[in-house]
Amino acid sequence: MLIFEIIKVAFSSIRANKLRAGLTMLGVIIGVSAVITVVALSSGARKAVEEQIEALGANLLSVSPGQSFMGGRASESRVSLTVEDAEALARDGRLIAAVVPEIQRSFPVEYAGQNASLNVVGTTSNYGAVRNVKITYGRMFSIGEDESRQRYAVLGAAVPTQFNVHPRAIISQTILIRGQPFEVIGVFEAKGSQGWSNPDEQVYIPLKTAQYRIFGSDRLRNVAVQIKEGASLDAGMVDIEGIMRREHKIRPGAENDFQIRNSQEFLATQQQTTEVFGVLLASIAAVSLLVGGIGIMNIMLVSVTERTREIGIRKALGATRANIMFQFLIESLVLCLAGGALGVALGWGASSVMSTNFGWNTLVSPTAVAVAFAFSALVGLFFGLWPAQRAASLNTIEALRYE
Amino acid sequence: MTPATVTDSTAARMAKLPEGVPRDSIIVTRNLRRAYEMGSETVHALRGIDLTIRRNEFVAIMGPSGSGKSTLMNMIGCLDSPTEGQYWLNGHPVWELGDNELARIRNKEIGFVFQTFNLLPRATALQNVELPMVYAGMPSKRRREAAAGALDRVGLTDRMHHRPNELSGGQRQRVAIARALVNLPSILLADEPTGNLDSKTSAEILELFEHLFDEGQTIILVTHEHDIAEHARRQVHLLDGLIERDIATEKAT
Ligand SMILES: Nc1ncnc2c1ncn2[C@@H]1O[C@H](COP(=O)(O)OP(=O)(O)O)[C@@H](O)[C@H]1O
Ligand SMILES: [Mg+2]
Repeated sequence: MLIFEIIKVAFSSIRANKLRAGLTMLGVIIGVSAVITVVALSSGARKAVEEQIEALGANLLSVSPGQSFMGGRASESRVSLTVEDAEALARDGRLIAAVVPEIQRSFPVEYAGQNASLNVVGTTSNYGAVRNVKITYGRMFSIGEDESRQRYAVLGAAVPTQFNVHPRAIISQTILIRGQPFEVIGVFEAKGSQGWSNPDEQVYIPLKTAQYRIFGSDRLRNVAVQIKEGASLDAGMVDIEGIMRREHKIRPGAENDFQIRNSQEFLATQQQTTEVFGVLLASIAAVSLLVGGIGIMNIMLVSVTERTREIGIRKALGATRANIMFQFLIESLVLCLAGGALGVALGWGASSVMSTNFGWNTLVSPTAVAVAFAFSALVGLFFGLWPAQRAASLNTIEALRYE
Repeated sequence: MTPATVTDSTAARMAKLPEGVPRDSIIVTRNLRRAYEMGSETVHALRGIDLTIRRNEFVAIMGPSGSGKSTLMNMIGCLDSPTEGQYWLNGHPVWELGDNELARIRNKEIGFVFQTFNLLPRATALQNVELPMVYAGMPSKRRREAAAGALDRVGLTDRMHHRPNELSGGQRQRVAIARALVNLPSILLADEPTGNLDSKTSAEILELFEHLFDEGQTIILVTHEHDIAEHARRQVHLLDGLIERDIATEKAT
């Protein structure tokens, strides 16, 4: 009961000094909203990278043609990576679960009188399963259709839009690739850009069709290799390297003329960098919250001095040290919590403005909100303690005499 | 002596008072001293006060400026503690009590009226009078009723919701008196309560004290003016921190 009365007193003295209370809270508001925004930005970035890693497909390595080295200098032409290499990997790889060769080039594609220059990818029927891309409309071509060089095409999610047609409506329609008619049998789900390429804007056709009917070449752009579950990617790399060196007849001691990339690892490194930056920014924001807390302490000390007489009167009428201490602690706690709540609201608002207006990835997690709020309460208690202690230990007589 | 606490029964406490002291003594001091350290100097404000005040007395403490009246009053009101000596209030051995017990005694046993009123400027008359009951932990409805009653006793019913700066000096002192009385204290202490008031208002306040005394309130009044002291039934004269004279008086008519 007495506690509620004292809380009321604390509130009424905040109300009596609205402007000062507002200015005091400003420090905490800015601190908390900075923490919330920064944490939202970095967890948004982390989530985006996580989604990219997920989108890559599990346990994937990628083999691509490298340069051949002549006396330490890169030679003019890229060394080939061929369909035969892919077949050797699929046949001989002990740790390899699946191999997805990709032959790729930009060709004119025509649909209903509209022309576009698109990346055409010749690949095998297991492309979707290994790359973790699902078909939303129609179906993928089969192994048999690949072998028999059918003119079938599966489109990336953005291609129908490019031709101003609903993805469902383009199924069974004919498109012209390099002037040759292809039947559209499926459309992939949207995956989003993956940095160096955008799978949504590509057209996928059977590898054999591509090799013999369109490209006239067996040179692959890339081979995606899925490592067996339970095997490490490093061991997989060794396995691939051995087969590739044998296939390319590279002598011991000579450099590889191909590259094996671990895209997940690349993204994971990027992830770590993002996180380090996030922690750095969050600690700068936390320092600003601390400065806000010191502002509160400053104001509370002034307030104690200003209200010396009031404290004397309250003590003369029977207030205990604990009563006085509690009154001032509540006051600074209320200032900090109100500042914290406004700061959370402001940070939240800033985060959503950033994601809607600038397209930045943000994620306001309940944990971040709770931590920022708890931290501002802690700041209130910590920086309120000394002023409250000073108020409580004032000598009654001297306080009453204070002018 | 066994350590005393405020929860002892009144009879048990009174039995522990010094020999020869009347059992209805509210205030008993023995060799009460108070010294102030001023840098290298020591100011002896009180130099051994032996004073006994019984229930239903109206005592004026007199003496020239600097004689120690306020120091004694603050000691009696448990606002300050003696450097040396003993003091029983209503049988409580005040010099042995801790901070919280002293706060409780100030709250329950003592009503203090100051020369400068000491009202909270932002609070209304009613809220000011409620304050001692807030710290007594009384629920707000009962508090408001009691505060209104106390303001009625001092004749301020129509000024309940005014703030101190909307009241005259006399009215402010009435609010302070209502606040001092509201917890039904054993003793009402007033340190130069009319010092800041004109003579007409002073007369009204003194009339109020007379009235409260007639109703059975024990009162100690500090003043350096003889005509004010004449309202009391006993005068204690201080000089240089010692009791110079302690005389019973008849009320002037
Ligand atoms: N807080 C203090 N510090 C130092 N000296 C004090 C203090 N309070 C009172 N005194 C001294 O104690 C003596 C008594 O003061 P006080 O009790 O206020 O006298 P009175 O009320 O009779 O005028 C004076 O000499 C005064 O200067
Ligand atoms: Mg004085």
